[in-house]
Amino acid sequence: MYVAELLSILAIQSGQSKLVHEENMSDTPNDKKKIAAQADQATVVDLEKRNFLIATSSVGALGCAAAAVPFVLSMTPSERAKAAGAPVEVDVSKIAPGSMMTVEWRGKPVWIINRTEEMTAELAKHDDQLTDPSCEVVSQQPDYCKSTDRSIKPNLAVMVGICTHLGCSPSAKLQPKGDMGDNWTGGFFCPCHGSKFDLAGRVFKGSPAPTNLVVPPHKYLTDTTLLIGVDTEDKA
Amino acid sequence: MTNKTNADKKSLVANALGQGLEWVDARFPLSSNIKAHLTEYYAPKNFNFWYFFGSLSLLVLVLQILTGIFLTMHYKPDAMLAFASVEYIMRDVPWGWLIRYMHSTGASMFFVVVYLHMFRGIIYGSYRTPRELIWLFGVGIFLCLMGEAFFGYLLPWGQMSYWGAQVIVNLFSAIPFVGPDVSEWLRGDYLVSDATLNRFFAFHVIALPFVLVGLVVAHIIALHEVGSNNPDGIEIKKLKDKKTGIPLDGIPFHPYYTVKDIVGVVVFLMVFSTIIFFAPEMGGYFLEANNFVPANPLVTPAHIAPVWYFTPYYSILRAVPPFPGVGFLGIPPSLFPGVAAMGLSVLVFALLPWLDKSPVKSIRYRGRLYKQWLAAFVVSFIVLGYLGTEPSNVWGQFGPWLGNAERATVVARIFMLVYFAFFILMPWYSKKDKTLAVPERVTG
Repeated sequence: MYVAELLSILAIQSGQSKLVHEENMSDTPNDKKKIAAQADQATVVDLEKRNFLIATSSVGALGCAAAAVPFVLSMTPSERAKAAGAPVEVDVSKIAPGSMMTVEWRGKPVWIINRTEEMTAELAKHDDQLTDPSCEVVSQQPDYCKSTDRSIKPNLAVMVGICTHLGCSPSAKLQPKGDMGDNWTGGFFCPCHGSKFDLAGRVFKGSPAPTNLVVPPHKYLTDTTLLIGVDTEDKA
Repeated sequence: MTNKTNADKKSLVANALGQGLEWVDARFPLSSNIKAHLTEYYAPKNFNFWYFFGSLSLLVLVLQILTGIFLTMHYKPDAMLAFASVEYIMRDVPWGWLIRYMHSTGASMFFVVVYLHMFRGIIYGSYRTPRELIWLFGVGIFLCLMGEAFFGYLLPWGQMSYWGAQVIVNLFSAIPFVGPDVSEWLRGDYLVSDATLNRFFAFHVIALPFVLVGLVVAHIIALHEVGSNNPDGIEIKKLKDKKTGIPLDGIPFHPYYTVKDIVGVVVFLMVFSTIIFFAPEMGGYFLEANNFVPANPLVTPAHIAPVWYFTPYYSILRAVPPFPGVGFLGIPPSLFPGVAAMGLSVLVFALLPWLDKSPVKSIRYRGRLYKQWLAAFVVSFIVLGYLGTEPSNVWGQFGPWLGNAERATVVARIFMLVYFAFFILMPWYSKKDKTLAVPERVTG
């Protein structure tokens, strides 16, 4: 309403100045005074009324904003969706060295890779080809995986198999060389836009993906039982 | 005798109708609206081929709403049932295949006619004063259409629906600070799921159609307020018949342009039917092959691409390199530059009325400089559109002398620069352009 009032004042002013201009097309100072005087006449302001309108409109706007809150929040993940995000327990004893398995957590593929000793040794050798070799981007892994191998146990890597570019699921190219060329040291290749990752999920330079693959929160319940979704601080 | 009674009967009916109309007019402005918008709305007499696409857009909108209503009678917005319900429509619902193909082909044809309609606006300067608001409402309609197309594409719950939505919703998570929360809020889950499908259905069939129809009404009201532009870019209201006040170069919209538009409608429906009956998937451009596979959150198709009408912007998204991040300031790497460029490539159309500084509106009186820029823009739009349908390694890589860069990515970057230069440099080249003298009257 306040806005409407302002607009009407503006309309009156411009209308009047137009009238004056039609009477006398010259822009003398005298003219301007006349315009100002007429404008003043048109805008005798009842300040009390205006303040009242501002106050009531503001309260009304606040009320509308408050009423919008439940609607906006109704679109956040429901209790059922949250419950479906429960942690997943995995037996990792059956993954042969040099191979991997995929499990589903929160509807996403999570890879568990049992790296051989040659594979882990290779990880430290190609830092210069990586975008973020020392895992500086904190959102991509829990603190306890901020290292070259990005894992709790040096051989077992756990990561979300979703490319950080636009969410495709990269293909495993665990063995060196092969169809990836002679420089390939083993890792993952995203078929959508060609991003390349090493066996710790660290992204190679020149890939469209900006960051390393995500390492989900996880912990070992026993030596061979892995829990994905909850970490040592019991924080999902 | 019989002749006379027939004439009497006729006049009786005419009288009754006339009285009925009077009765309505006293309660609702029917006659005056018909006059203002049809029989006494004076449009320039020199409309040409390009002026078919406004009325055709309206036709496709009506078709989409009608076919959409009938599809909702059989479709189930549930992740467990959606894919099967679409197949049910295609196989078991009587004529369901026709209604569904009309709707899916209609989506692509909507973009065909709207792109041609926008191109008309550009070449004849229809966005220039006093038609800026018509243009802005139009940009709003275009955005709404893109939203409709995106939300609608998830509904069949095929692989391409699923991963397309995954990619597009992930774009929002690239927005600094609030991004991840925004995309989670849009999905209503940690991944694209039943919750996402259900709300996209609500957006697609209720929320956006309302906004869309509202904007179309505003678009037409604004048009009829200032009057139509024409291929000469001349204001026909400047020269009026002194007695009647009717523009000398104007003819009533009805019957002249209603008849003309019917010809356009007939030709359009011939093309439309041919596609529906002979090539409803259009070789994967209108309906992608991967969308005939049910959505699987664990397996990404080897190549994901949006439907053709989004590909120019998708190309721009892919062409912009990610922001590498500033380690010592704690600024993480980000996809945001690409996402921002894609958003800008769509929104920049809204600035056209203020970027164009040419003294003339129509391409007929513009000089060579402007025409060259426009041609460059059209070529970039088409090349970017093509590249967006292909994987980024479609043309292989350059040699080591260019750092093994992908050829298609480099080409996309060059054409992206041309795309944006068309807009950013417009204030300069449209002013510098050597224009021709504009005639007083339209030239036909």
